[in-house]
Amino acid sequence: MNVLVCVKRVPAFGAKVPVTADGSGIDTRHLGFTIGPHEECAVEEAVGLVSAHGGRATVLTVGPAEAEEQVRYALAMGADRGALVETGTTELDPQATAEAIVGAVERLVADDEERFDLLLFGVASADAEHGQVGPRVAAELGLPMVGSVKGVDVDASSKDLSLRRDVAGDVEVCRVPMPAVVAVKEGLNLPRYPSMPGRLRARKAPVWSIGAEPARGGLATAGLRQPEENDEETVVLGHGADAAPAVVNVFERLGVM
Amino acid sequence: MTVLTLIDGPEPAEEVVGFARGTGLPVEAVTVTAEGKGSPLLRKQAEELARLGVGTLHVLCHPGLADSTPQTLGATLARWFESWSPDAVVAPADGRAAEVLTHAAAWARLPLATNCVDVVDTVDGAAAEDWSGSSSSSWTPTRERAGGVLLEDARLTAPIKLLTVSRGVETVATEPVPECAVYEHPAEVEADDVDARVVERAAAAEGATLATAPVVVSGGRGVGGAEGYVVLEELADLLGGAVGCSRVATNNGWRPHSDQVGLTGTKVAPELYIACGISGATQHWVGCMDSRTILAINTDPEAPMVTRADYAVIGDVQEVLAAVVAELRSRARSRTAVPSVASR
Ligand SMILES: Cc1cc2nc3c(=O)[nH]c(=O)nc-3n(C[C@H](O)[C@H](O)[C@H](O)COP(=O)(O)OP(=O)(O)OC[C@H]3O[C@@H](n4cnc5c(N)ncnc54)[C@H](O)[C@@H]3O)c2cc1C
Ligand SMILES: Nc1ncnc2c1ncn2[C@@H]1O[C@H](COP(=O)(O)O)[C@@H](O)[C@H]1O
Repeated sequence: MNVLVCVKRVPAFGAKVPVTADGSGIDTRHLGFTIGPHEECAVEEAVGLVSAHGGRATVLTVGPAEAEEQVRYALAMGADRGALVETGTTELDPQATAEAIVGAVERLVADDEERFDLLLFGVASADAEHGQVGPRVAAELGLPMVGSVKGVDVDASSKDLSLRRDVAGDVEVCRVPMPAVVAVKEGLNLPRYPSMPGRLRARKAPVWSIGAEPARGGLATAGLRQPEENDEETVVLGHGADAAPAVVNVFERLGVM
Repeated sequence: MTVLTLIDGPEPAEEVVGFARGTGLPVEAVTVTAEGKGSPLLRKQAEELARLGVGTLHVLCHPGLADSTPQTLGATLARWFESWSPDAVVAPADGRAAEVLTHAAAWARLPLATNCVDVVDTVDGAAAEDWSGSSSSSWTPTRERAGGVLLEDARLTAPIKLLTVSRGVETVATEPVPECAVYEHPAEVEADDVDARVVERAAAAEGATLATAPVVVSGGRGVGGAEGYVVLEELADLLGGAVGCSRVATNNGWRPHSDQVGLTGTKVAPELYIACGISGATQHWVGCMDSRTILAINTDPEAPMVTRADYAVIGDVQEVLAAVVAELRSRARSRTAVPSVASR
C-alpha cells in the first residue's frame, strides 16, 4: 500500500498567541514549530498501514525550507521518505496549497511509476484551521474523499477502505475504493514518540525538494489580532488541604452539590 | 441578490440564518437531499425556516443521494451553482452542512472562509462598497483561528462568497414569515462523480456525557499518572459530573481521547470546570473557556490556568482533592444528620 501523508509546519504556542506588532502574522521569534495533532495521527496511521500491508509511506509538506524539520519528525516516526515543496514563508490560500500538493503528487507518481493508494490529511491544520486542503486535493485529482475519520480498516480481499467517522453526534461508516483521500481526526490512534534509532535514521534520510510558485487564491489574510479577554482577578481560596472548606463553600454557592 | 443558508437534516439553523441576515441581503435556504418535497423532514425544516423569517427553501433532490457522502452532496451543489448563482452561501461551521459546502467549494474551485464570526469590515471600512455584488468583489469576514483565541481579518474575493459560521455568533433577531415556500430542483448526480457510500449510521455515545455534564473535573500532567485519576473520579461522582483531561494525559495513555478537553478534543461549557494540574495552554483553554465558573488547582500560582480562572487553590492535586472529597462527605453526613436532631 502506497500512502502519502501531508503535514504542515506550524508554530507551537503556549498560553498566548503572540501577534507581530503590525498584525501581519504570528510572532514566531520565540516559538518552536510542530505539526498538528490530527496530522500526527495521520503519520501514525500511514506508518501502521504500511507495516501491516506493505508498501511505502511518503510524507509531504508545502512551506518554507525550514519545514524540512517537520518532514524529518515524520520520518523519525517511521515514514519511509520525505518531500518538501518550497513555497517560502507567505501563507497560502487552501486552494493554492492543494494545487502545490497535487503538482508534487503528479511528479512523484511519474517518477515512481506507481500510484498512491491512499492520501492522508488532518481534518484541519493547527494554525489556519481552514479544513479544506484534503477536499480540494481530492477534487483536483477526481478521487473519493471522506473526512473526520476516526477509524481506518482495509478489506483484505476487495481492498476497499472502511472508514468510521464522527459527524454531528453520529458515527458513520463509509466504504470507499482506493485510491482515496482521507482526512483524519485526533483520537484515531495514539501517535508514537519517535525512537532514538528512528531519529538517527531520519537525520540521514533523503528529503526530495522542489520549488513552486503558487498562484494567489481568493482567500487572503488582511491581519491577525487577539480578541479581548476579561482579566478579572482570580480569587485564591487557599493553599493545600486547608483550602477544602472554602472550595466546598464555592460548590454550595454554585449549587452543584 | 441573495444569501443562501445551507442546511442539512435537523441541524439548527438559527445562528446561521441570523448571520446571513447580517449581510443585509435577502436570505433564502438550500438543502441537498434524497428527500422529496412532501417529506416530513422538509416540512419541518420549512416550518422552522418560516419561524426564522426565511420565505424560500430550495431543495436539490435526487433519490440517489440517500447514502451519499458529503463529497457527492457538495459536488451536486457545485453543479447547481453553474445555473443558479447566489451572492453567497453560508453554513454552520461544525456539522455536515460545513462538509458539504467545503466539497462544493473544492469542486467549483471557489474560495471558502471557514469559522467566521463576522462579515462586517474591520480592516479599512471598504466593505460597504464591496457589497455591490459585482462578480469580482471582496468581502472581509473575520475568522476564528486556534479555537477562537486568535482572530483573522480575511479578504474573500469570489463571484460567489462561501462562508461557514462559528457557533455562538451574535445574530440579528427577525420576524417570522407566514410560510416558507419549497422549490424542488432535480439534482444532477453523475454516477461516476465519486465512488464512496455511507453504509452505516448510528448515534454516537462517546464523549456525550463529557460535553453535557454540569460539572467537569479535568486532570492534566500534574495528576501524575493513570492511578492519580481515582480521586478525580470520586469528586466527579459526588458532584454528578464527568472526568476530563488534557492532551498530555491522553498522549501518555492515562485517559482515552474521548475524555480530552480542548481544541482537538471536546468543547465543554459546564456550570463548573475544575482544572487539576493543567497549565492552561491555549489549545486546552479554548475547550473550557465557555464554562460558567472555573476553579484551578495547581502548584504554580503563575500558571495561565490559575491566572485566568475565577477561583484557584495553590497546592498539590492529590492533597487538595483528597481534602475536598473528605469535606464534601462530612458536610453531606452532617446535613442528613440535622433533621433527626431537630425532630427530637
Ligand atoms: C494544535 C494543537 C492542538 C492541541 N489540542 C489540545 C487539546 O485539545 N487539549 C489539550 O489539553 N491540549 C491540547 N494541545 C496541547 C497543549 O498545547 C498542551 O501541551 C497541553 O494542554 C498541556 O497539558 P497539561 O496542562 O496537562 O500539561 P503541562 O503544560 O505540562 O502542565 C502541567 C501543569 O500541572 C502543574 N502541576 C504539576 N505537578 C502538580 C501537582 N502535583 N499538583 C498540581 N499541579 C501540578 C504544573 O504547574 C503545570 O501547570 C494541543 C496542542 C496543539 C499544538
Ligand atoms: N502547507 C501544507 N503542507 C502540507 N499539507 C498541508 C499544508 N497545509 C495543510 N495541509 C494538510 O491539509 C490538512 C488541512 O489543512 P487546512 O485546510 O489548512 O485546515 C492539514 O491537516 C494537512 O494534512
